Amino acid sequence: MGELAVDNHVEYILSVRKRKDSFESLVMEHLTMSGAYWGLTCIDLLGKLDVVDSEEVTEWIMQCQHESGGFAGNIGHDPHVLYTLSAVQVLALLNKLNVLDIDKVSNYVVGLQNEDGSFSGDMWGEIDTRFSYVAICCLSLLHRLDKINVEKAVNYILSCKNVDGGFGCSPGGESHAGQIFCSLAALAITGSLHLVDKDLLGWWLCERQVKSGGLNGRPEKLPDVCYSWWVLSSLTMIDRVHWINKEKLVKFILNCQDKENGGISDRPDDAVDVFHTFFGIAGLALLEYPGLKAVDPAYAMPVDVLNRIFFGK
Amino acid sequence: MHGRPRKAPVPEDEAASAAKAEKLRALQSQVLSNHRHKIYTEEALELSTRLVEINPECYTAWNYRKLAFEHNLTRSDSNPNSVKSILEEELRVVEIALRQNFKSYSAWHHRKWVLSKRHSSIEKELWLLEKFQSADPRNFHAWSYRRFIAALMDRSDVDELEYTQNLIDKNISNYSAWHNRSVLLSNLMKKNVEGFTEKDEVLTKEYELVREALFTDEDDQSGWFYHLWLLDQTVKAKSPLLAVEGVNSSTVNVEYGSNLNQGLVWKPLSTYKSRAAQAWITQLSFPNADLHSLEAYPVEITVGHCQGIISSSGFHYSQSSHFVFTVRVQPVKKELKEGSGVEKISWTDENFYLCEPHFVESNLVAWFHQLCLKNEHEPVANAWQVKIIEEEMKHFCMLSDCKIGKLTLARLLTAYDALMSSGKLVHSQEILGLYIDLMKLDPPHYQYYKNEHSVVLLQQVMSSRESLLSRCFHYRDLTSSSRGYPMCLRLNKLSLSRIGSFAKLLWVQMLDLSHNELQSIEGLEALQLLIHLSLSENKLSSFTALEPLRQLKSLKSLDISYNEIGARSIDTTRYLCSSPLSNSIGNEWEQDRILVDGVSMTNYWEAFFVLKGLNLTQLDVVGNAIADENFTLFLVRVLPTLKWLDGVQLNLF
Repeated sequence: MGELAVDNHVEYILSVRKRKDSFESLVMEHLTMSGAYWGLTCIDLLGKLDVVDSEEVTEWIMQCQHESGGFAGNIGHDPHVLYTLSAVQVLALLNKLNVLDIDKVSNYVVGLQNEDGSFSGDMWGEIDTRFSYVAICCLSLLHRLDKINVEKAVNYILSCKNVDGGFGCSPGGESHAGQIFCSLAALAITGSLHLVDKDLLGWWLCERQVKSGGLNGRPEKLPDVCYSWWVLSSLTMIDRVHWINKEKLVKFILNCQDKENGGISDRPDDAVDVFHTFFGIAGLALLEYPGLKAVDPAYAMPVDVLNRIFFGK
Repeated sequence: MHGRPRKAPVPEDEAASAAKAEKLRALQSQVLSNHRHKIYTEEALELSTRLVEINPECYTAWNYRKLAFEHNLTRSDSNPNSVKSILEEELRVVEIALRQNFKSYSAWHHRKWVLSKRHSSIEKELWLLEKFQSADPRNFHAWSYRRFIAALMDRSDVDELEYTQNLIDKNISNYSAWHNRSVLLSNLMKKNVEGFTEKDEVLTKEYELVREALFTDEDDQSGWFYHLWLLDQTVKAKSPLLAVEGVNSSTVNVEYGSNLNQGLVWKPLSTYKSRAAQAWITQLSFPNADLHSLEAYPVEITVGHCQGIISSSGFHYSQSSHFVFTVRVQPVKKELKEGSGVEKISWTDENFYLCEPHFVESNLVAWFHQLCLKNEHEPVANAWQVKIIEEEMKHFCMLSDCKIGKLTLARLLTAYDALMSSGKLVHSQEILGLYIDLMKLDPPHYQYYKNEHSVVLLQQVMSSRESLLSRCFHYRDLTSSSRGYPMCLRLNKLSLSRIGSFAKLLWVQMLDLSHNELQSIEGLEALQLLIHLSLSENKLSSFTALEPLRQLKSLKSLDISYNEIGARSIDTTRYLCSSPLSNSIGNEWEQDRILVDGVSMTNYWEAFFVLKGLNLTQLDVVGNAIADENFTLFLVRVLPTLKWLDGVQLNLF
């Protein structure tokens, strides 16, 4: 336990970016764009974004853009809506959105909406409420939400709502905390949270806290640091976060740190990675852990970055 | 990375890992190169096979295979044998990839994609699924694939329901099976499939099944949510007070003066742009009324004469109701209109005097009691509903020493009271006791039970005439200048953490909710006549939590002193209110920005959106972290009507 090892975590994230040759990095090479979003947002929440060379990152991101306007997870890979959002998020973080041809990027995302309001991940047609969130979040950051049929998009998400109040990947899919985050955040960004039964869903979500203080993603599953984000942000969006014990959750996340070498893992004493490091830190930020920047529960970005986009001039 | 132990690197491992990495790197760059150059030879395809076997999540490799698949199908000239072998090869590769990682989104989607191209050998899919699902009965990719295959094969919902039954019989702790059961059963009941037409029979059987699970292991959550769903299905047949939509001049008739529905616009009273609300509002206008004649105009309202009002749970409101009242039109006092000579309201105890019962009766309260819909033919709860709930109550009394037992019992008693009588809360004391037990028994969820407790407590206060009377006060004494003040309802010092429905308090014009533990005031928007409101000494932590006030156009004085506004870095209500972040505020605020030029909008946008439409003459914000000189400056700009701020008269500025 103990305190948050801020410097070690920054050090760890920077070292992962450099260590591109390990088997673990290669297996995840196709999602480096999301890795960049996790890592850099994490560093920003820790207040250390100035150690990052934003020109270099921006240049690399732009090399991942395709003619269609979409971004790939890495150079040489195909465009996908997941990495298009990650690219936009990182550029927003670095205050570099001006390098984008906004219409080109937003047209790519708009083109992925289907007749029933759902979104495909790319041209190959996989459909998932994750992609609804990703598309909506991306367009909202670009101030282009009016280019899609928002009502149909909202109705599709509602068709994935279950009797336990949660949401699944597609109609009939089981409720899962990650999917609930995506669905709620999409509804939040479109001003549609009144369509959710907040008490029913809130009870399901708050029962994700297990004895150790950690949160699981579905009933009768093990706790995992990444759910500190998915469950916590969902509870925050529907104003039910006081239904869990925050102190115990803080302890659980801190217990998953590798204090010596930096990084956070899914459970105490497991191997660390950037994904869990980000969700652990973002979770702590939502829990108002001292010294961290405030984070927004729907856009999953630092509040000051969003203020710049939505209220700045 | 999930579930991999943390360990220090061992040199031998590192060397092996480096060799493996080198192989993977070469493979990935070859496949990407072939993809770029559209090379679909057998050798090239074989490389991609090896890649997805090692790394099933590499989506570009699967995309490449899809292109190759289409390319090779075109070349096969529809020769059935080569088509078959292309298909089989593709399915074989996916199967190997899934064995490597059967949570791989890309691999599962590839299989669906191949199968939806041409229907072939689907029979094998169920067999494959059985294998995957018995290895991991909770894998949601497999379940999703199962629904896909079942639809493709036209397998009946009844057969699938039986499959969930088998899984539950094997192991009650399979939430995925319970979930799929709820989906199938909802479908079967909705479609009135034979064997599922009698709701009571279906539900009774399901209650038995889930009770067995709950009584086998009371800590296993698998059946918890299923039971709550059944309870909801049981009571749903009778509509509780829920948000409804469809209120308009064709569903509600309003006859006033010589008008019928003339020019009436009904608006839902809800936060942001919802089309459903518990309370709806319309404004009558009497353009030709003589302001000094004291003439009473009758108003007649008829509801439910035709279909069209629908609750959010799909219930059609169709009981015809009728009520009548009279309206007198009076001129607005000039000083009230202009706000000059406005007196400061002080919420201290010595300013309040308990009302005489007869005074209350002659007041607005009585008016509103007359107006309540009196449903002579209010539907009595069906016998089967009562029977089911009584049966469940009996069982759960036996489980009342554990958490889920107590919670379920509290819910059953609440449902029972709602079903049995209009407004009589026979079991409220018992329910409150159960929630108090739960707060002690399960401290991490203390606030959940506390919220439920508050709602029941407030309902209890509102449900009886005596308890309501003991909370009605005059502001100041009835002699001097205080005549202009409405009666005050004081719900202070009840330790309420939320308020639930205010449906019975629509008459309230002055409300004291101070010294509670409120974090939210959802529901308050229904009190359309409210003029004076105190929320002092609560736990409100942001202006966005005050969004319901935007609907209270008569509000003149507001006390939000000694809350926690501005003290928290995370705002838990920012998505429950209208703002540019939720794309629920249009362009109008661009102009507003000019209005408050010079004061930082970034810091105060929440306060700005909530307060700008109100005509407050008195505001108390002292004792909040946000209150400082800058904020005062901002308030004076946003609220030009303000006369009193934190007890200080403003024209002195």
